[in-house]
Amino acid sequence: MTESIVNDLTIQAATVNGSGSQTANLVLTRAIFHMGIPVAPKNVFPSNIEGLPTWYQLRITPEGHMARSDKVDILIAFNVATWREDLKSVRPGGVVIHEEAFSTADVRTDIVYYPVPFSKLAKSKIQSDTLRKQLANMIYVGVVAGLLGIPWGAIEHGVKRQFLPKPKAVPVNLDAIKVGYDYWQDNFSKQDPYRLEPMTGVVEGKVLVEGNQAAALGALMGGVTVVAWYPITPSSSLCEYLIAYADRFRVDEKTGEKHVSVVQAEDELAAVGMAIGAGWAGARAMTSTSGPGISLMAEFSGLAYYAEVPVVIFDIQRIGPSTGLPTRTSQADIGFVYTLSHGDTKHLVLLPGTVEECYEFARDAFDHSDRFQTPVFVLSDLDLGMNLWMTPEFKYPEKGFDRGKVLSKQDLEKLAGEWGRYRDVDGDGVTYRTIPGTDHPAAGYFTRGSGHDEQARYTESAEAYARNMDRLSRKLETARHALPAPVVEESGASIGLIAFGSTHSAVIEARETLAAAGKAIDYLRVRALPLSDDVAEFVRRHDHVYVVEQNRDGQLFDLIRLALPAQLVERVRSIRHYNGQPIPAAAITEPLIQLEAVPA
Amino acid sequence: MSTTVNRAGLARDAYKGAATTLCAGCGHNSITNHMIKALYELGVEPHLLAKMSGIGCSSKTPAYFVETAHGFNGVHGRMPALTTGAHLANRQLIMLGVSGDGDTASIGLGQFMHMIRRNVDCTYIIEDNGTYGLTKGQFSATADLGSVQKKGAVNTFQPIDPCAVALALGCSFVARSFSGDGKQVVPLIKAAIAHRGTAILDIISPCVTFNDHDGSTKSYSWVKDHEESIADVSFIPYFEEVQVDYEPGTVRDVRLHDGSHILLKKLGDDHDPTDRRAAIKVIEEGRAEGHLVTGLLYVDAEMSDFATTEHIPQRPLKDLGEDELRMTRDEFVQFMSEFA
Repeated sequence: MTESIVNDLTIQAATVNGSGSQTANLVLTRAIFHMGIPVAPKNVFPSNIEGLPTWYQLRITPEGHMARSDKVDILIAFNVATWREDLKSVRPGGVVIHEEAFSTADVRTDIVYYPVPFSKLAKSKIQSDTLRKQLANMIYVGVVAGLLGIPWGAIEHGVKRQFLPKPKAVPVNLDAIKVGYDYWQDNFSKQDPYRLEPMTGVVEGKVLVEGNQAAALGALMGGVTVVAWYPITPSSSLCEYLIAYADRFRVDEKTGEKHVSVVQAEDELAAVGMAIGAGWAGARAMTSTSGPGISLMAEFSGLAYYAEVPVVIFDIQRIGPSTGLPTRTSQADIGFVYTLSHGDTKHLVLLPGTVEECYEFARDAFDHSDRFQTPVFVLSDLDLGMNLWMTPEFKYPEKGFDRGKVLSKQDLEKLAGEWGRYRDVDGDGVTYRTIPGTDHPAAGYFTRGSGHDEQARYTESAEAYARNMDRLSRKLETARHALPAPVVEESGASIGLIAFGSTHSAVIEARETLAAAGKAIDYLRVRALPLSDDVAEFVRRHDHVYVVEQNRDGQLFDLIRLALPAQLVERVRSIRHYNGQPIPAAAITEPLIQLEAVPA
Repeated sequence: MSTTVNRAGLARDAYKGAATTLCAGCGHNSITNHMIKALYELGVEPHLLAKMSGIGCSSKTPAYFVETAHGFNGVHGRMPALTTGAHLANRQLIMLGVSGDGDTASIGLGQFMHMIRRNVDCTYIIEDNGTYGLTKGQFSATADLGSVQKKGAVNTFQPIDPCAVALALGCSFVARSFSGDGKQVVPLIKAAIAHRGTAILDIISPCVTFNDHDGSTKSYSWVKDHEESIADVSFIPYFEEVQVDYEPGTVRDVRLHDGSHILLKKLGDDHDPTDRRAAIKVIEEGRAEGHLVTGLLYVDAEMSDFATTEHIPQRPLKDLGEDELRMTRDEFVQFMSEFA
């Protein structure tokens, strides 16, 4: 047998959706994480309820790489429909655990096979008729535990953690795992080099969180009180988590009254409309959606921009155009969302690149929105939003809410009622607002999406229109400096990378790989639109800068070129990945090796 | 010279708005005046009033009354969504929505229906003229089958009757009236505001420019000739005493949630406004006979409104601070540890 490969492997479970395999995969993930080993799960699932192929990739690296890998070390082949195709994904020398009944005629000979009679074992060893289908998946958890040497204590932890809300389910699941574990011990001797060993030093203080969980928690800590949404993959879980957290933490125990109102609207038009109505009336309000939903929200977003109403809008991006691939990831909404709606509309867009930023940006989006009285979009994606990510624990906020420039009754008394809703008193483009219910005769004004002057009166005056549009530009310029600045990691290299959002994890790994090959590359991660001046300065300091993103047309690449002085434009190049699978590091290293003659 | 003031200490002038920019003689202007009268007489405090609208001639009108109140002229057909959100943010506000037949019965039909389904506490006035005024005279979806456009085109489609739709959905307050009938409109507006839940008030409001000719069923002359009121309506707010001097058996008394009363004096056949099926029948019979039935068609004063159903506190959600919205530091630490 060749030399051992320890804690550095990728497991891929090929199963059937709706069969309970996701639970089995999560148990395995939590068990390995409990051993102190870094895990990076990616769930590739169909837009379907039951019966179609689904894959779960669990990448394990001692360094804690979190990008997807396209090399599979251990395949769990549980789906006869994709069995032949799945075999192709395994790297030479890799391992296949498969249902014994699958035909092995003419299969590859460069990999190790461990056939297991899963169906027979399920029939003979699992007593419960109703749970047999679900528990059959647990058997492969046991086989993998045996194969890789996962201690039984870690498996127990994984099951208990996964069934935290349903502790009664723990024994029956452990029994099913034991069936696979025993089968491994009784029937196989190890023919492959892969092993897992407990580790220290990387995962301490870290937790596993989905981006949508993080964003839901962020919204709660940001003080959201009105949430209106319409179910759509991959955004739904954000509001569902928020409902669960609000029910747990934000219901008055004595009265049963809710401090967060959540409405499942009739469509995305109504969802964003309700959030805008609530924002106008002074609540911290939000909606969350994806692709088709964000298209439907275009008109209302323009109203909120022009009438200057705070609202937070999450877009958990999926593949388009149109319905596209609802369960595949993408970063192709950035260009659309930035100027969502007709006319000269432009928005503040936050671009979280980690689950920790999903939490922080979701929380702070409400401050930005109140301060600048405009919609704030938080652009996440399916990969970030729906997969579990290893992350440091989130920090409790040290600052209170910033509600921005709101005039109270007392303020209006001091001003003797002299104010104008759209009058730029401070020269920063941000005007003062009053909230309905303010008990002063001068508080009321008429909010409208039609042309208005400084006093919010209807006007078709050319001068008033242009003046207002210029002020809105000024306001965005003020906001631009207050949004999260790019994160720059620089060591004087001649070439640089620019990325945003979930591409971050692939960039980290690509830079490590290239540095190991002797080619250091600098990195700037964009975290908000409109773009910071730091982007142009970064380009100025480098010979070539590659913008890496997960869309076909290089949308951030375009936005950056538009923002650059002419002499810098040619320095910027584009790397694009857009097949719906989360970007692997190889999608960055391979073009760079070619284009920059990096020694491979 | 002394000025008469209402219980809010305000004169009638305090309920006026900017000068109207609609056509002289537009039914909507009459409704604006009815609204001013109703709000003044109810003693509504302007700072608690939220005037909401969509897009169209009707939706401009919130600028023409109670200038000191907040107003929101949103996007076409979406007044219900804005109203729902604002109401959730602050239950203390009196939500008064003004829409039109284009705004409600075409693009806004979905939101109209879903607002009713939730029974959001608001008044929803439809200024219904059967035509698109701002875009110069196209038929709207409430235009009757066979009614004639100004240039002679005949409407070939069935009308959508907002009251019939509302009744079919189980709306908790449904009324129809005519802009020229202030005696009926004013008490109906007051009752709609006092009602806790979605109150739909479809007011036929002739468009003098595009839909006031022979062959129209939304013209002043047609409505005057065909209006059939089911009962004389009067409204007694909770802060006034009910003094009835009608003969027993001639008046129905509907008590609203806030203690106000709607008194309905029988005119022809007795209509029970708490009987939804009877209300549908009255509309259908009127339609078959070519009459426009007006008055309070249906009311259910007991139905739970949206915010109550949803356990939203009376104290405005907008006023809650960090200590009431964030989890505590201990809760947060415990919560994070659950992700390990």
